[in-house]
Amino acid sequence: MKLLLKGGRIIDPLRKIDKIADLLVDGGKVVRIETNIEDPGADIYDAGGMWIIPGLIDMHTHLREPGYEYKESIRTGCEAAVAGGFTAVACMPNTNPVNDTRSVTEYIIRQAALAGIARVYPVAAATRGSEGRVLSEFGDLKEAGAVAFSDDGKPVADSAVMRYAMEYAASFGALVISHCEDATLSADGLMNEGRISTELGLKGIPSIAEDIPVARDIAIAEYTGTSVHIAHVSTAGAVRIIREAKKRGVRVTAETAPHYFSLSDEALREFDTNLKMNPPLRSTEDVAAMKEALRDGTIDVIATDHAPHSSIEKDVEFEYAANGIIGLETSLALSLNLVREGVLSPADLVRKMSSNPAAVLGVRGGTLGIGAEADITVIDPNRPWTVDVRIFRSKSRNSPFHGWKMEGKAVLTIVGGAIKYREG
Amino acid sequence: MRWTKKDLLGMKDLSADEIRLILDTADSFMEVSTREIKKVPTLRGKTVVNLFFEASTRTRTSFEIAAKRLSADAVNISASASSVVKGETLIDTARNLEAMNPDIIVIRHSAAGSPHILARCVKQSIINAGDGAHEHPTQALLDMMTIRQKKGKIAGLKIAIIGDIAHSRVARSNIHGLNAMGAKVAVGGPATMMPREIERLGVTVHHNIEDTIRGADIIMMLRVQIERKAICLFPSLREYAKFFCLDRDRIRNAKEDVIIMHPGPINRGVEISPEVADGPYSVILDQVANGVAVRMALLYLLAGGSS
Repeated sequence: MKLLLKGGRIIDPLRKIDKIADLLVDGGKVVRIETNIEDPGADIYDAGGMWIIPGLIDMHTHLREPGYEYKESIRTGCEAAVAGGFTAVACMPNTNPVNDTRSVTEYIIRQAALAGIARVYPVAAATRGSEGRVLSEFGDLKEAGAVAFSDDGKPVADSAVMRYAMEYAASFGALVISHCEDATLSADGLMNEGRISTELGLKGIPSIAEDIPVARDIAIAEYTGTSVHIAHVSTAGAVRIIREAKKRGVRVTAETAPHYFSLSDEALREFDTNLKMNPPLRSTEDVAAMKEALRDGTIDVIATDHAPHSSIEKDVEFEYAANGIIGLETSLALSLNLVREGVLSPADLVRKMSSNPAAVLGVRGGTLGIGAEADITVIDPNRPWTVDVRIFRSKSRNSPFHGWKMEGKAVLTIVGGAIKYREG
Repeated sequence: MRWTKKDLLGMKDLSADEIRLILDTADSFMEVSTREIKKVPTLRGKTVVNLFFEASTRTRTSFEIAAKRLSADAVNISASASSVVKGETLIDTARNLEAMNPDIIVIRHSAAGSPHILARCVKQSIINAGDGAHEHPTQALLDMMTIRQKKGKIAGLKIAIIGDIAHSRVARSNIHGLNAMGAKVAVGGPATMMPREIERLGVTVHHNIEDTIRGADIIMMLRVQIERKAICLFPSLREYAKFFCLDRDRIRNAKEDVIIMHPGPINRGVEISPEVADGPYSVILDQVANGVAVRMALLYLLAGGSS
């Protein structure tokens, strides 16, 4: 089947393309990008006024399967992904059982293939059971299809274990993604420590609970000559440490999530559990630091940390509520706000949401080269819409952005040349 | 002025006029408790549910007596500390209560924000009787009633609050209320007991008791939560008492006519010496007496009365 995208603004920062042109997909590949393609055999999609960009890749998603299918399944998570413009997601290993063995990795890949919606790249646990003691079988897991290793949600407290994880991963050309949290400092914490936690009487999570392990992991990477990717950066302190390390040439990459540049802890005054996540929403100064770090390249990637929870976990006292919010269906619109604010150029946005995550994970995509797999997202950058969690594809509804007026949306999501989502 | 709020969730939400209305109403109810027959028919036919998820003797009894003196029916429910343990969610508990159609629900809960959940999901008026370390508005109101009784005003007074501010809902509610009424609040204690950016709530911060109480009209001592010692806020009770216990010598730093308050229950010899607790400056038992009047006033106002 041939598909011809007509008259869109093609943005591909890796190939330094930003022009109005047509793009022809055939046999699942990008075959032509030219100013005026005629092909009577092709289905035509009028992309006038739209952006045609490499498919968005979310390198930090929780699909909850196996084990927590009442929150999300691989199928519903993938449906949410393509509705949000993502052609691929990397899913975190904190499932039940934990993805620390070949059989679980293979199960995820098989379920994703059966769903046949978006590409799914499993991230396997860095340590067995994510217990922070014994390394999981990186070599075998990588052969099975794991793209990176992380104990996301359960930080590796033991510095020696973290050192060995990074060194062992390097031997297999694999990447460690670090959830940076000093659990002794964050213990029982419910929100960012600061004026708002003081006012609400909620136990705070200090910013240094993040800064200290970020500094530690960067020190390990520098000492051992390995690389590390810092997950969900939320503090100005972590940004300063990463920026300085990058200047020295340390191989560190970093991501933040849309909520960390869209909301601050000021939003928390009504005890809304959909504003509870880990790391927590930080101060307005931290929000400004996230934007600056995205602008100057300190933060490479925007990732959702899509964390579905049901009302069972969320419709309870703030103290007892689970951490996390869903993000696949709001990430692009929130990130487009940064383009409108002048923080990012359209090409920067494509880097942060497609090219860079592809490069960090070492997966295909992130560019629209001739002959490349046709993973393409078409965006209407001006389309107004209102977030309504009731019509989300995700099984869960835990979004703080319900009711927000947005501008810009994915209108066509193409995976391997096939249309997986089309806005009505 | 008339009372317009459905709920009393915190002092943060109250204006000076609203606080004055509550205190004036409470003053007018004081007399009921001194009658031979301590009962007025004002709230006959109304039902007040005291829903306590956290142990309480003083506050729960005070609410119960307040309801009964107004002829309301009071029902006490002592639930297990955590709804997670109990197996029924707070929202389900609330909806069940709502179905039985009481008029006012008084809630105490160890989790901050719990009264706000109730207020959102049921039609009844909610009174916060203490939620975690967040707020304890009826305590602040009875404290302010006591201050007004003893000093004739609140505006312009200097109030020193000493102890574990970080974990104290009494401190938070008093800071909001006293600031709204134009008082000056100083807080004191070791830095481990001062929550981050507390000064942004409009208080001055000190780390020794002498500076905190210097020139104070009122000293409010907070209970040291002995059970919290495990998390290293201070090395030992002995050391805490040595540096922060309010004794006769230290009171000399305050004004001559200073009054001493404490929300109770007191730890004699830890944050307050016995001779101070029982001495001439102490108004601790006046606070308890005023508590009944303040709670009568709130039940009355929330049930639809006007001053």
